[in-house]
Amino acid sequence: MDRLDHLESQSIFILREAYARVEPLSMLWSLGKDSNVMIWLARKAFFGRVPFPAVLLDTGNELDEVYAFRDEYVESWGLSYINADCPALEETDPSLPLNSRHAARKTLGLKRIIADQGFRGIFLGIRRDEQAVRGKERVFSPRDESGTWDYKDQPAEFWDQYKTEIPPGAHLRIHPLLAWTEVDIWRYIQREGIPVVPLYFARDGWRYRSLGEKDITRPIRSDAATIEEIIAELETTRQPERAGRTMDHDSEDAFERLRASGYM
Amino acid sequence: MTQHPVNPAPRELLKLVVVGHVDHGKSTLVGRLLYDTDALPEGKLEELQAVSSKRGMELEWSFVLDSFQAERDQAVTIDTTQIRFKTDKRDYVIIDAPGHREFLKNMVSGAAEADAAILVIDAAEGVREQSRRHGYLLHLLGVKQVAVAVNKMDLVDHDQGRFAAVAQEVTDYLAGIGVEPAAILPISARAGANVAEPSPELSWFQGPSLLQMLDRFHSVTRPSLQPLRLPIQDVYHFDQRRILVGRVESGVLRAGDTVLFSPSNKTARVRSLEAWNADPPLEAHAGQSVGLTLEEQLFLERGEVLSHEERPPQLTNVFKATLFWLGHKPLEPGVKLTAKLGTARYAVEVVAIEQTVDTDSLERRRGEAVQRNGIGEAVLRSRALMAVDEAQALPNSGRFVLLDDLDLVGGGLISMEGYPDQRSVMTVRTSNLFSVEHSVSREERWARSGHKGGVIWLTGLSGAGKSTLAMALERLLFERGYQVYVLDGDNVRRGLNANLGFSPDDRAENIRRVGEAAALFADAGALCITAFISPYQSDRDRARAATERLVPGGFHEIYVAADLATCEERDPKGLYKKARAGEITDFTGISSPYEAPRDPDFVVDTGELSIEQGVERLLEFCRSRIAFDPPKRG
Repeated sequence: MDRLDHLESQSIFILREAYARVEPLSMLWSLGKDSNVMIWLARKAFFGRVPFPAVLLDTGNELDEVYAFRDEYVESWGLSYINADCPALEETDPSLPLNSRHAARKTLGLKRIIADQGFRGIFLGIRRDEQAVRGKERVFSPRDESGTWDYKDQPAEFWDQYKTEIPPGAHLRIHPLLAWTEVDIWRYIQREGIPVVPLYFARDGWRYRSLGEKDITRPIRSDAATIEEIIAELETTRQPERAGRTMDHDSEDAFERLRASGYM
Repeated sequence: MTQHPVNPAPRELLKLVVVGHVDHGKSTLVGRLLYDTDALPEGKLEELQAVSSKRGMELEWSFVLDSFQAERDQAVTIDTTQIRFKTDKRDYVIIDAPGHREFLKNMVSGAAEADAAILVIDAAEGVREQSRRHGYLLHLLGVKQVAVAVNKMDLVDHDQGRFAAVAQEVTDYLAGIGVEPAAILPISARAGANVAEPSPELSWFQGPSLLQMLDRFHSVTRPSLQPLRLPIQDVYHFDQRRILVGRVESGVLRAGDTVLFSPSNKTARVRSLEAWNADPPLEAHAGQSVGLTLEEQLFLERGEVLSHEERPPQLTNVFKATLFWLGHKPLEPGVKLTAKLGTARYAVEVVAIEQTVDTDSLERRRGEAVQRNGIGEAVLRSRALMAVDEAQALPNSGRFVLLDDLDLVGGGLISMEGYPDQRSVMTVRTSNLFSVEHSVSREERWARSGHKGGVIWLTGLSGAGKSTLAMALERLLFERGYQVYVLDGDNVRRGLNANLGFSPDDRAENIRRVGEAAALFADAGALCITAFISPYQSDRDRARAATERLVPGGFHEIYVAADLATCEERDPKGLYKKARAGEITDFTGISSPYEAPRDPDFVVDTGELSIEQGVERLLEFCRSRIAFDPPKRG
């Protein structure tokens, strides 16, 4: 087994553990490369089906290509799909910097859909290498009723034994891709032929490395127009993946504050 | 020129944990490793310099990892963090583990998945409490490759003698727990000496740099050459197929294999391995998540362990474990928990704490309880049969975690030393058996005997007085007209059980046969008294079940209580002396456990009562329990 085989097998193990022990479940599908890999792994784990709904936290502000991709693959992957509308900017914490407030709309949208649907477990495609704060995450990460992440007192997690028992009202964030890196994701997309939004591939010297909403995501300078070229670019770049995500850079602890209050 | 990059194959990844006493320089070493391997993202160094100078400090390498605001303010690493770097040979992911004592659960969470470890020790301070504790935990968690970095050599003037002294100290400690470090290296993380490059100040050191040493480790994979173990995660019925899923923890599974499920002890043939978007695989190796279908439709659930018929897991409802305890309340006898072994969950109770381990001195003490963050040896029991492996032989299936209500509070390694495999005694080898109705009813037999049939099962240590009591009781009952017979070691070992020895398995089989024979006596309308040590509750429970199947309410478990000291002093056959001298192995009470009855029907304490008094009380007990008033005839 090579590195991708190991990662795939571990992620499938995690998906199946959650499916066996947590109910009801859903999967956040941001339509980015990582969440497409996650859907793909779910289809492998459950033999072609995704036996829980895929949820888009929709601010109405995603890029047009993203919506087009959604419409095509809800259909062709046979997904049970929930479009979760996010509350308006005015409802977010006004003490947050503006870019973070845009992101906080998703936090509120997530809380709302969890409350509405009573989800006990949500799969999210975050990875440890994306961001130092995400580096601290557990695979099964409990949240209390308010969605707060108590990063100072996280449960023990070892020997592939995960936290699946939680009090009423709480829910679990489940992270099947936590151990993957950005390059792993692209290599796996390449190996498996997983479709992605075309915005990732360079046009006229620009490409999106990370997809967010229109107002708070910027493309990067790049000529990488194929998966091979993206992988080659990533093997040498020193730019962080989320450099184009403005909300991460508002202040020293902006992202940490976002996450502690329930952001993905 | 058009570029057509050809991507090289994915590189090998080694997971590394960095442990050691607080302030011995773990985070600093990690920060330095990242800098030396060119792994810091662009702008990170400048950002750190800015943050450091804002706080009026010199550049602090550990800030690379301490990315939380809270941690910067407290200057303590709170949780495990994962950071990557690469050498020419391969990629690394570093799990930085915190050093503070109360953060043990985080250290455990990080270290358990590591392939290799760096144990950081301050050259001036030498081996300290957490150096030892972490070393011990690495051993418990199964991390076998360890490099020791003697750090802050710049603060001891790069003194060779000081290094040698610390090296000796750490070698001695690790030898005590069976860990042999791959290398012990002098370094200075802050100055970068001997981290990536050799340093002129340490020119007296002939060994490799830390990075060179790391490149010599190998990444750990699940073992395909070991016996097959596949804990079942789930059973899916998404379509007409009934698919069992799970991950192969060890060994190789092939389509067409005959497999055994434990603890249900069912066998079946594998019809196919299943996959989506790919041809069905013909075999699955250790580490692979698989799906499979069976030729037979068996009722199976999550928690069963699939193996081959050869070298299956052992079945037991009691085992011994070396464990670390993270719970707030002490772990002590009587505590009830849930044990998770692979995908199985069992309700367990702590029967005994055999000893506690002082990780500082490695001293093992008789203990009553394991305290929070402590390590000890405990005996755990469950009502249900569990499928287990020896941790030494099969680490993945020989370990378990403990759950207290919602929280994971400990983990341990299983040892079955001194306990029998119960599979052999539960397996029904005969088939096509039909029970035939007797032409004489139970009541008719009882009416003729004048009493009910039953079993008086005496259990207790060797020398407690079981045989003496049994023979005296038989005499008294016989004289009063009872149909009574004693089964004793001597009369069954010569005939019925002549083919059995004294291994744990043979002893279990010996008791099984006695239980079955006693049940037949009871069914025949007689009172059968047995006098066997029968040290395991599970064996006695099985004997009870054998009788109850034929004569409901007919089994009476009598605890012949006399403590070990009393029995050893009596030592009527001189066996304790021999056992103490090591001439007899597996001797109950000395080198093999005795489990006192949890809920005996009657207790005779021969430490306090004379034989006459004991027999008298037993006689009363028997008369009350087996009295039979024949139905009046019309």
